[in-house]
Amino acid sequence: MTFTANALSVRYRAGVRRALSEVTMSVPRGSLYAVLGPNGSGKSTLMKALLGTVQIEEGVAAVEGRAVDEWPRRELARHVGAVSQAESTAFPLSVRQLVEMGRYPYLGPLRPMGPEDRAAVESALERCDVSGLAHRQVGTLSGGEFQRVRIARALAQEPSALILDEPTASLDIRHEMGILRLLKRSAREGVTVVLITHHLNLAARFADLLLLLDEGRVVAEGPVDQVFRSEILESVYRWPLSVTLDPITGSPLLIPLDQD
Amino acid sequence: MAVRGLVAGIILALATLAAILLSVRYGAVHLAAHEVLSVLLGGGTDTHRFIVLELRLPRALLGVLVGGGLALSGAVFQALLRNPLAEPYILGISGGAAAGAVLSLALGLTTAASWLLPGAAFAGALVAIALVFGVAISADRRLDVRVLLLSGVVVGAFFSACIALILSLAEAQTVRSAILWMMGSLGGVSWKGIAIVATYTLPACVLLLGMARALNLMSIGEETASYLGTEVEGVKRLAYGVASLVAAAGVAFAGVIGFVGLVVPHGVRLLLGSDHRILLPLSFLAGAAFLTLADLLSRVVLAPAEIPIGVITAFVGVPFFLILLRRSLQA
Repeated sequence: MTFTANALSVRYRAGVRRALSEVTMSVPRGSLYAVLGPNGSGKSTLMKALLGTVQIEEGVAAVEGRAVDEWPRRELARHVGAVSQAESTAFPLSVRQLVEMGRYPYLGPLRPMGPEDRAAVESALERCDVSGLAHRQVGTLSGGEFQRVRIARALAQEPSALILDEPTASLDIRHEMGILRLLKRSAREGVTVVLITHHLNLAARFADLLLLLDEGRVVAEGPVDQVFRSEILESVYRWPLSVTLDPITGSPLLIPLDQD
Repeated sequence: MAVRGLVAGIILALATLAAILLSVRYGAVHLAAHEVLSVLLGGGTDTHRFIVLELRLPRALLGVLVGGGLALSGAVFQALLRNPLAEPYILGISGGAAAGAVLSLALGLTTAASWLLPGAAFAGALVAIALVFGVAISADRRLDVRVLLLSGVVVGAFFSACIALILSLAEAQTVRSAILWMMGSLGGVSWKGIAIVATYTLPACVLLLGMARALNLMSIGEETASYLGTEVEGVKRLAYGVASLVAAAGVAFAGVIGFVGLVVPHGVRLLLGSDHRILLPLSFLAGAAFLTLADLLSRVVLAPAEIPIGVITAFVGVPFFLILLRRSLQA
């Protein structure tokens, strides 16, 4: 799967500033592509635009070269798994029920789940380290557990692309690293991964490509060493910082400085 | 879970059947079982035939259709609006129907033809549905369920004011008929009425049952539902339109019967969980059995007088629901 945006603009309401303004970007197949930018820079809106859940004002958002609003939702859901920033369940559900919803794009209105559906659910539960929670009610989970369950549901879709909006925001170190390794491995296996995150150092360490947004516009897009530069990041985040190399991993390391 | 659902389904189907038979047998005149049986087999005295076939059987079947329809549409509205307090009337349907009914009573139209009262009520409900839908289709042509909820409540308030205005100008006898109608009753329905309600209710129910998976997804949020393959806008419109029609047909023939659409889906949910593939059909059956039995009670408790059926649904439903709620919190 590839994602592309061409001069893409989104405006939530007439008269207000565009949430995205003439964004052109492209996510190649099988890459781990991280989207960075300050609060309100349009990261989540870009995800919604690429997935067709927000009205596009101008330009084109395309999945695999086909405009996103031309995809039937069921077909898109068989190819792309998405985890939005937040969700809440209106009624009590078990973890297994929630993850099983990842199989819905493969099932008709009445057909029950078959062995391959069950296998996909089990494997997704296992890969996100939530098998032991399968019988718990979703409402009793911690924030981090719920997040991993939602990622498991996206994996149960057996997608060839994943888009995740701050998936590790409430995870502890062990689970954050676990999810990032899982995403990296998925990318190596040919799954396209788009990761929206505020964890700049982890993005620099794991991503193949970075996109840096500010006020709805693209500031930079490209390999990590071209985008992850102190002068670019300083101007976008409006804070003095320095980029060095992590002595242990060898990847770029951003250090915020004191403002004097 | 599927096995539990199936067992509960069989029990509730039998309960509905039992409710119909009890409802046919008991009333102001109690019949013996063999008397009911002989009528159902085509025999019996003329009086018994009249009581069973013209009075009680249509009434029991109306209970099944209206009770099942209200419970089912309540469950659908709760999923669609993601709000456990949603019920079939929350979107102004009862207000519109009542305004239509009261207007036809005040104008004295109901003596002209028996279909005029339900016809006017149904027309009022359709006006309410159209108004609420028209407002909730926002500028970018998406149906916003928060707006749907708000405009439903406001449209309901508007029709309440209309009813108050009409009643304040009407004669005492009209006021009494109007209030009795608004309290709801299954009485006085003809076979033709049953045929009309069934035509609206049964296909609509089959359609809603087919949307169970989509409603599972809708209840975890529209954005996530889209990502899991749901055509959200289509589902919202279809579910809203169809569930509203079911509620409108029920309210037109049985008046405003509260409580079934709110309490029955929650009762089923507390016992069997929130999977709409189980919740929707079992809500229909539970609502059908519940309303038919409530109607029976309303006829026999103070026979020959009738208690408004809404009183029974609340008196039986509230304690039952509180016990269920308490039990689920302890578990």
